[in-house]
Amino acid sequence: MHFAFTEQQLEFQSALRSVLENECTPDHLRAAFADPSADAGRWTTLDEMGVVSLTVPEENGGLGLGLVDLVLLLEEAGRAALPEPLVETTAMAAPVLAALAGRHDRCQRALEALVGGGLKMAVSQSADPLVPVAGALGADAVLMTVVRDGIREIHLVPTNGDGPEVARPEPVSTLDPTRLVGRFTSDPTGSATSIATGDEAERLWGDLEQRAFVATGAFLLGLAERMITITVDYAKDRKQFGQPIGSFQAVKHLLAGAQVKLEFARPCVYAAAWMIDQGDPSAARNASTAKAYASEAATEAARVCLQAHGAIGYTWECDLQLYLKRSWALAEAWGSADDHRQLVLDSLVDEFG
Amino acid sequence: MTEKSMDLHFTADQEAFRLEARHWLTAHVPPAGSLPSLDTAEGFEAHRAWEQTMFADSWSVVAWPREFGGRDVGLLEWLIFEEEYWRAQAPLRVSQNGIFLLAPTLFEFGTPDQQARFLPPMASGAEIWCQGWSEPDAGSDLAGIRSRARRSDSEGGWLLSGQKTWASRGAFAEWCFGLFRTDPEAERHRGLTYFLIDLATPGVTVRPIPQIDGETGFAEIFFEDVFVPDAHVLGDVGQGWNVAMATAGSERGLSLRSPARYTEAARRLVALYASRAGDAKARRLSGDVAQAWMDAEAYRLNTFFTATRVLNGGSVGPEASANKIHWSETDLAIHRTALALLGPDAERHGGHEGNAWLDGYLFALAGPIYAGTNEIQRNVVAERMLGLPRK
Repeated sequence: MHFAFTEQQLEFQSALRSVLENECTPDHLRAAFADPSADAGRWTTLDEMGVVSLTVPEENGGLGLGLVDLVLLLEEAGRAALPEPLVETTAMAAPVLAALAGRHDRCQRALEALVGGGLKMAVSQSADPLVPVAGALGADAVLMTVVRDGIREIHLVPTNGDGPEVARPEPVSTLDPTRLVGRFTSDPTGSATSIATGDEAERLWGDLEQRAFVATGAFLLGLAERMITITVDYAKDRKQFGQPIGSFQAVKHLLAGAQVKLEFARPCVYAAAWMIDQGDPSAARNASTAKAYASEAATEAARVCLQAHGAIGYTWECDLQLYLKRSWALAEAWGSADDHRQLVLDSLVDEFG
Repeated sequence: MTEKSMDLHFTADQEAFRLEARHWLTAHVPPAGSLPSLDTAEGFEAHRAWEQTMFADSWSVVAWPREFGGRDVGLLEWLIFEEEYWRAQAPLRVSQNGIFLLAPTLFEFGTPDQQARFLPPMASGAEIWCQGWSEPDAGSDLAGIRSRARRSDSEGGWLLSGQKTWASRGAFAEWCFGLFRTDPEAERHRGLTYFLIDLATPGVTVRPIPQIDGETGFAEIFFEDVFVPDAHVLGDVGQGWNVAMATAGSERGLSLRSPARYTEAARRLVALYASRAGDAKARRLSGDVAQAWMDAEAYRLNTFFTATRVLNGGSVGPEASANKIHWSETDLAIHRTALALLGPDAERHGGHEGNAWLDGYLFALAGPIYAGTNEIQRNVVAERMLGLPRK
């Protein structure tokens, strides 16, 4: 039992934090709100650091690392509310591409583009034209699953080029425009885009979803911590009745409650990442625990941080909104806390019922 | 933080230790619920006998050095033992105030003579301890202690007077550890001294207090010129607050609350849910059942995260307060959910299935109050983890 990160993992985390403190500030986020499709150069920086291809095997040019290595970096991305699709590309899609690269040229080329040029991926749980897909408007390619006649298929679909088998996203207006949400008005999947079917597709997609739960959870941890930090600073500074509002127990207890939730969400996320890397039989249940806990922690942090700010927190001017909006979206993405509680319970009843 | 990679498995030696503990417990633990409540005179002695059974085979204080009756195992092995202890549904520890709260303080501040005098009978259950901290006017504001100790040079010791209250196990315990004011001029945290007091000394009056469940789990203790020799002062005279805070850290943090009691209760909650899974009521409560299990799991994982830090030279600071908030609320949530599942059966008391959950709920209700109320703990989290101003 050694539940800790290595010195190297912690150093990588602090290196990324320094970079994002310069390249992903609230001013940068405001610029992204104004023009979500503008390239701020951050993705290139992350690519050069090896972050984008971190989960790609070394023989394919990546760092060959796992989710335990990635979660701390995703926490940093969350702290900065990074707009670029690190969860989708690095945590979710890259391992699927790597698993199939030997058999599909399409996957091999995508993997090369990911390692060499920072290919941006989106991931879609269906080909339903009504289902919104995060990052669709900025993605170079989409990993998409459909179930036809009870058989799962996974498709790798480009977002540019000619012909029917190209995913052409139509913008969906969302509260946080940096999410670049779109929907695909025609079903772009076909025999040319198919990369896995049947049992293999079930297994690959099931694993992808577990990584999605944990990676999104890690991002939410960072968002929660950032919101609490912003609010603690505000509560130390803002005076009413002649003293900082952070000296009042009513305010202290709100923030302490959020901090306790965050403290206990963290090991849930870290342990689930390790279990996924190990192929542990409890990985699915712990991945759901991680997402449920992180969603609740971020939702609670968002609520009390807005409350502790008072009216200023309700303004466009206040930086808090940049992090609130992302946490609201991600708390629901890849399953809400409620969804995951049901998954956890089903698995528990199977084992202990 | 070393170059060792994360690894949540136990070693083969640790798993062998687990099996050894499991074998012993399987052979010796009395049937679940067969002992009378430890808050009765009869139950107290039955629980003391259980402590002696464990001590005879060196299972009562596994993490202590062998010379005091332990097995000298590490923190992780202790957590493994606790997992097996709770899984076996073994009795509550009547000696818990001594072995979990006082013992860490004795190891840190006690003289070799004090350790040799007090630790073995504590480990065997021959001497059961209670805690004398709270007073009628010093609860959450513990530094408001007024009970006093007067110096008696002629006798080579101190004369204690005043009143302590809410002393768990106090109705039947033999010994009490407590804080008394030795410097009447000093205020608040200064001028306090930590005493080890034989409750059979003349001048001690113990008055049991019936609890919400009707039993006498705690007591108030009156002191009228009670003599305590210098040999029974723990730590330096006037340093009682610092000595006591070491114990408080134990109570709130790692040493008292092993995660196993919650993971085990959560497991039984899932079984209770599964036995009623067809009910509409159970379905409505499914989210609460899952959340209660996850709360216990989060506590377990956080404990191993903290234990790894401690084993690598780190310490438990204000996180102990976050821990205390979390485990006490988890315990409440588990039991409240069980009672909700039981519905009209929940109020039955004495012998029925509802009984164990109801007793557990009553016990859980005390959790957010003792060891520093959760409101005080939230202040600690806000001030010492988040850095919010005290005033």
